[in-house]
Amino acid sequence: MLAIGTTHYLVLGAILFAIGLLGILTRRNMITVLMSIELVLNSVNLNLIAFSYQLGDLTGQIFAIFTITVAAGEAAVGLGILVALFRLHNTTELDRATELRG
Amino acid sequence: MAEFFAAYGVAILFYAFAAIAVGGAVMVVTMRNPMYGALSLLATFLSVAALFLLRNAEFLAVVQVFVYGGGIMVLFLFVIMLVNLHRLKESSLFGEYSFVGVVVVGLLAALFVAIFVGLGSGAPAADDAGLASIDGEAVGNVQAVAWRLYTDHLLPFEIASLFLLVAMIGAVVLGRKN
Repeated sequence: MLAIGTTHYLVLGAILFAIGLLGILTRRNMITVLMSIELVLNSVNLNLIAFSYQLGDLTGQIFAIFTITVAAGEAAVGLGILVALFRLHNTTELDRATELRG
Repeated sequence: MAEFFAAYGVAILFYAFAAIAVGGAVMVVTMRNPMYGALSLLATFLSVAALFLLRNAEFLAVVQVFVYGGGIMVLFLFVIMLVNLHRLKESSLFGEYSFVGVVVVGLLAALFVAIFVGLGSGAPAADDAGLASIDGEAVGNVQAVAWRLYTDHLLPFEIASLFLLVAMIGAVVLGRKN
């Protein structure tokens, strides 16, 4: 009765991915952009876990561990860049970082 | 009552945690104060961990709580408190070209709808015993994941540790005062 299949997880992953992408593309605050990137990586993990369960194969879970590793490193480096940007401009808004504009 | 939970329990848990996850994600994107956004993000992380549990990924659920709910969330909260955000109040929330982002996400959502309409609810697990066994012998999920990680995927595991070292050095160099 009312079995939760792989498609339920895929739809949830797609919704979280779209929300995260919307945050990355529209927000000006770099902290929120980094948090949206974490949302996108989390939605990918949901898909990996759902397929791992459907196939009865652990490889999806192993891959999700590596995704979490990359997310942790990305958060550390991204927040380091954020602190450096804040020291330079005294703001966390992304459209202030225009040093490379020609 | 017992039959009701046996029939609908997983579905109720899935929809409840999925609603919390989506609500938290929406609040991350729409909140002006990043502190509220970070706490909504924590709600999303914890519900995703619960959704991992519903798919027999016990180890991943615990790792999700530790790494996302613990490490990454503390990092975000520290940085939010470190930078001074009082000036944010008068500035606009969304960027100058955010309509491009809305168009891109709208097209992506249309693509998702086109993919998911007509897709069934998905086959149930072929053999979920495979998620908690080593060579057919039944063990716990943690033991099975560890076995696969340290035998078949040893080289990627070591490269991941090297990656974390590089990320740590990078974060220290970037955060250094000069």
